Amino acid sequence: MLKRLLLGAVVAIVVGVSAVCAFAWRPAIAEIPQPARSSFAPALVAQGEVLASAGYCASCHTAKGGKPFAGGYPMATQFGTIYSTNITPDPETGIGKWSEPAFRRAMHEGVSRDGAHLFPAFPYDHFTKLTDGDVAALYAYFMTRAPVRQDASDNTVPFPLNIRMLQAGWKLLFFTPGRFHAEPTQSAAWNRGAYLAEGLSHCGACHTPRGTLGAEIKDRAFAGAPIDGWIAPPLDKTNPSPVPWTQAELVAYLSTGISRYHGTAAGPMGAVPRGLSHLPAADVAAIATYFVSRNGSAGQGAQGDAAIAKALAADKIGTGLNYDPAARLYASACASCHYNGRQLNPLRPDLALNSAVNLDDPTNLIRVILYGVNAQDGAPGVVMPGFAHGFTNADVARIAAYLRATRTGKPAWPDLESKVATIRAQGQGQ
Amino acid sequence: MTSFTINGRAVTTDVEDDTPLLWVIRDAIGLTGTKFGCGIGMCGACTVHVGGRATRSCITPLAAIEGAAVTTIEGLDPASNHPLQQAWRELQVPQCGYCQSGQIMQAAAMLRDFPTPSDEEIDAVMTGSLCRCMTYVRIRAAIKQAAAKMGPKA
Repeated sequence: MLKRLLLGAVVAIVVGVSAVCAFAWRPAIAEIPQPARSSFAPALVAQGEVLASAGYCASCHTAKGGKPFAGGYPMATQFGTIYSTNITPDPETGIGKWSEPAFRRAMHEGVSRDGAHLFPAFPYDHFTKLTDGDVAALYAYFMTRAPVRQDASDNTVPFPLNIRMLQAGWKLLFFTPGRFHAEPTQSAAWNRGAYLAEGLSHCGACHTPRGTLGAEIKDRAFAGAPIDGWIAPPLDKTNPSPVPWTQAELVAYLSTGISRYHGTAAGPMGAVPRGLSHLPAADVAAIATYFVSRNGSAGQGAQGDAAIAKALAADKIGTGLNYDPAARLYASACASCHYNGRQLNPLRPDLALNSAVNLDDPTNLIRVILYGVNAQDGAPGVVMPGFAHGFTNADVARIAAYLRATRTGKPAWPDLESKVATIRAQGQGQ
Repeated sequence: MTSFTINGRAVTTDVEDDTPLLWVIRDAIGLTGTKFGCGIGMCGACTVHVGGRATRSCITPLAAIEGAAVTTIEGLDPASNHPLQQAWRELQVPQCGYCQSGQIMQAAAMLRDFPTPSDEEIDAVMTGSLCRCMTYVRIRAAIKQAAAKMGPKA
């Protein structure tokens, strides 16, 4: 009897494992001789360059100080560190021997040329929406880059999560393959914006919260999420900015890196306006159209005007003779650049309106105070210096608490000083 | 390697990425008009322009200014004759003089944003620039004189 039961169990396991393997198995796609650069039409390569820029491929596929697209950029996830791969056309260490169908399968299904499932750190859950034409252009672009011989770094994802085949289960639970379907009730601009935002530019990869297994939570799309030590603010109706994100503000922010009423793009967002800058203006406007429909900012103009008047009045708090140590610290360190008074100057980011001061989480504000904003991010060529070496954790906490209390009507942030200590310990990041 | 321009001249330097811009300006490039005051961005003596904005160079790491345009007191005007510099001389603003290049650079950046500054605006923006000789009253007068001479921005 026992023998029979055991046998039955073994058979069940073997059948189960075989079924999983059969389900999860993907064939390798044969290597091809490296295609000649001249085999790609220049117009297609040029289109691919624009798409690669707006998909921020370089952001993750280039290590700090490394060669473009040669990989090795570390992505810290809750499952371990995953290093991006080499997507230059090097035949040995890159994608030089990948055919276009192999490249397309990676983009649309998250499967490597050799049949291994890719980790969703590579946002194939977004790229699956791309048209075959756009994928072909991206392929043409990458196959005509300078090949770089650079082996991939070893990921630190522990066993058993590092078993590639298990990714098939993740895909079954969380991944819906398929091209973008236009919404017939929406305008052409909205649909173009949705294609870019949900597909190529994968906005949700940072701005949508993820569940315990790392998948984006679909019914909380664009609700805001932590990413790389920063907070990606909500892009839906829960965005806490006092001035609504209108079409004009989104276009200004996405095309110049700075919004008069919200602040500058910093941290992981710094790459976004740079990436989108090669798109036609109509495409950036389309992305704005899409998000305006999601954030409900249409018709909230009056709310913005009141917030601006309040912000300008708040600017005067703490100027002149003052005995409040927080106000004095602010006056000495911040006001010379951030004071506006009569009218808002986008190059003097107003802290009453700034996203970082209005978010539920003080992380972004603390990061910017500690580490500043470099010349590449936000307004081009302008920097904010960081105060990490001059300010104690208590100083940073004091300024953050002061701004929150005097510039917004929102609840105080708890445990600010320990939060500053944590962020300081994390360092500036890459 | 970091490349940027200083007073219109292109420079590339191989000092460490986290070196304060102030050290690069004074020690590597040799322009000593910009002064070290507190070293923590709280006194304004080290103020230069980066992209036309007043910036405390003592807490700005070199890596942050890749590709940017830096202007120091030496480059504010080719003949040291910016309306602020003229007003500074005419009203004999400095006493010991140590903070004054930072004061002038901060004031020059301010006049771009506030071409006809009120007392309140001068106080709010210039408060980050300390003067231990207490020349504040003359600084304010010189800023107003220069603003009048420059006229409202076209």
